[in-house]
Order: sequence, then C-alpha cells, then structure tokens
Amino acid sequence: MAEVEAPQVDTGIKKKFMFINRKAPYGTIYALEALEVVLISAAFEQDVSLAFLDDGVYQLLKGQNTTGIGMKNFSPTYRALGDYEITKLYVEQESLDERGLNPADLMEITYEDENEDFAKKPSLRIVGRSELTEIMAQQDVLLNF
Amino acid sequence: MSTLHTVNKSPFERSSLISALNHLRPGDALLMLEDGVVGARKGSAFAGLFESAAKGCGIYVLGPDLAARGIAEGDVIPGAKLVDYGGFVDLVTAHQRTQAWL
Amino acid sequence: MKLGILVNEGPYTHQASDTAYQFTKAALEKGHEIFRVFFYNDGVNNGTRLTVPPQDDRNLQKAWSELAEKHKLDLVVCIAAAQRRGVLDEGEAKRHGKDAHNIAPGFRISGLGQLVETGIAADRLVVFGD
Repeated sequence: MAEVEAPQVDTGIKKKFMFINRKAPYGTIYALEALEVVLISAAFEQDVSLAFLDDGVYQLLKGQNTTGIGMKNFSPTYRALGDYEITKLYVEQESLDERGLNPADLMEITYEDENEDFAKKPSLRIVGRSELTEIMAQQDVLLNF
Repeated sequence: MSTLHTVNKSPFERSSLISALNHLRPGDALLMLEDGVVGARKGSAFAGLFESAAKGCGIYVLGPDLAARGIAEGDVIPGAKLVDYGGFVDLVTAHQRTQAWL
Repeated sequence: MKLGILVNEGPYTHQASDTAYQFTKAALEKGHEIFRVFFYNDGVNNGTRLTVPPQDDRNLQKAWSELAEKHKLDLVVCIAAAQRRGVLDEGEAKRHGKDAHNIAPGFRISGLGQLVETGIAADRLVVFGD
C-alpha cells in the first residue's frame, strides 16, 4: 500500500468526505485504488465515510477467492478500516436487492467503539436509496473512481 | 445545499444515467457530457425517464459534446438547457458538491 | 472559487483528460483559481513526455504542460499509480533501479495525500473519469 503522508498544513478544517464505490472488484482497478485513497485520508482527520451502491456492493461480498485469476485478494483491507477510525460504510439496500444479495452475503466489518469500552460494532450500515441520497447531500467532498 | 450530478456515459452503454436519476433531490442539477449526451436525445428509449425522475431539477447538456456527435440542438429532450464549458464551470460553483456518475 | 480537478483516465483512450483540460481552461478564463490538478488511476499517463501523437490532432501532454506553465498550475501525478504504470521522474527511476525516467515538464510526482489535501483546501472538487 502507498505510504501515508502527513498533511503539510494543519488547516483545522474538518470536511465530510464520501468515497463512492459503484463497480465490482477485479474487472477494473477502481475498487482497489479508491481504497488506497481511503486509507491515506485517515491521516487527515476528516469525517470519512464510504458508500457502496450499484455493483460496488460486490466489493464487500465474503468469500472472494482470487487464486484462479492470479490477482491479489484485497478484500481483507475493508476489515482493517475500523483500525483507521473509518467506521461508516453505507450499503444501498436496493443495490443488494437488484442483485439478489442480502446483508448476510457481506463480510463482517466491525470497529471498536472507544466510547463504549471498545465494544465491537458493525461498520456496515444498510440504508435505503432515499436515505443514502440524503446522506450524500450532507457531504462536502464526493470522490468517484 | 444542492448537488451537480454529471453523467458521461450513454445510458445504452452503462447504467450511470439511471443511477444518477435515482439519486436526485429537488434543486439538484444533472449535466450530461461526453457520451452521456446520447441520453439527452429526443425520442430515445430513455427520453421518458426525465419527465418524472427529474422533477424540480435542472437538466443540462454540454453543447460541444452534442455537436461533436452530430446531435442537433433541436433534437434534445424538451426542458434540457445547453451549456458550454464556461456554463459547466458555473454549474460546479453554483452547487455545493459535484457527483460524477462514472 | 478555488477548484480541485481529479483526472482518472489517460490521454486519448477516454475523453476524461480532454474534458478536464477544457473545463480547467474555462475555469481559469472565468477568473477561478485551480488549486491542483491531480492525476490518478490511468490519469498518470497524461504525465509522460514520451508520447508522439499524430501531428494533425491535439497533443494532450503538451496542452497540459503549457497550461500549467502559463497559469502556474500544480499538476500532480500520484506516485503509487505512477509506479504501477511506469511513469517516473529522475528520483523515482534511481530509487527503483530503472534505466530511464519519463515525467513531462510541468508535472510532479507526489503522494495521495495531495489529493486529500485538494479536497480539504478547494471549494469544489470535480472528477473526470470513465
């Protein structure tokens, strides 16, 4: 993974960054390289969240086995996001439904809530399309790849 | 606080126009550019989507991309406004955020 | 306003770099400030000086380099994406034992943090991709 670079200027600004994931993994590099930006963003103390909709929900499917295609399986990285204090991974319900998927098909991704004695909590938040639309409308910066 | 949604692919090639239309809020704007201008042509299978889905939203088409693809201004869906790159810049600054539906 | 530009595709194969260029030019003409143009994914391929495009069509790398020089733009190529795709400056070439470097004038190689910083510092971030 790329080296984490500390911000050059501490601007004191805290913006809401949302990384929008709409493509399945492996067919293109966008899922992986988007994740690399997410990890770097953790060093900047911004309010970072991720949205998974359309085929992006496939990035979170459990049981990814890439040996046959000869590519690195990078899905374990999503499970590490909690350690970087990135704890809001929104998954669009309608995108799951359209693909015949349900939440049980997704990886278990959790974080430890330091405000509640490090209790393990789910990072995946399944939301309806209209709710996700509202959440997107609250963001300052939207990143798409 | 509104959003400018950009769609750069034809709806016949990719579902990004549909996804964008599914995530509009009143006051938002939708700009079709590059191959996305194909979605703005009158009489296409997708033309009807704009009537209901785009209520209360500005629909824009990047003129230079339309001209490049040989689509006449008069052949664009009713209600869509043509902009040039300067107009594109104005749309970006007028709305609080830009969402690129790739 | 301060604008940030993200270019995710290389020259010619996708229109993204052209659109980003035209947008950036128009924004400058309107008096806006371009905080940074960040090249990610295949966008790093806009920053190689080794392209020899046909004479009767636009030269995207030159166009970006010239726009950068004229307006003192900060064109940043992501180091991780560049390494993957073989866009190197002299330092990177030396560091990795490569026998050549190819970064175009006006472009500099730096980390992904520069993209995040752009999101923080700019009033608007516009993404050009596939």
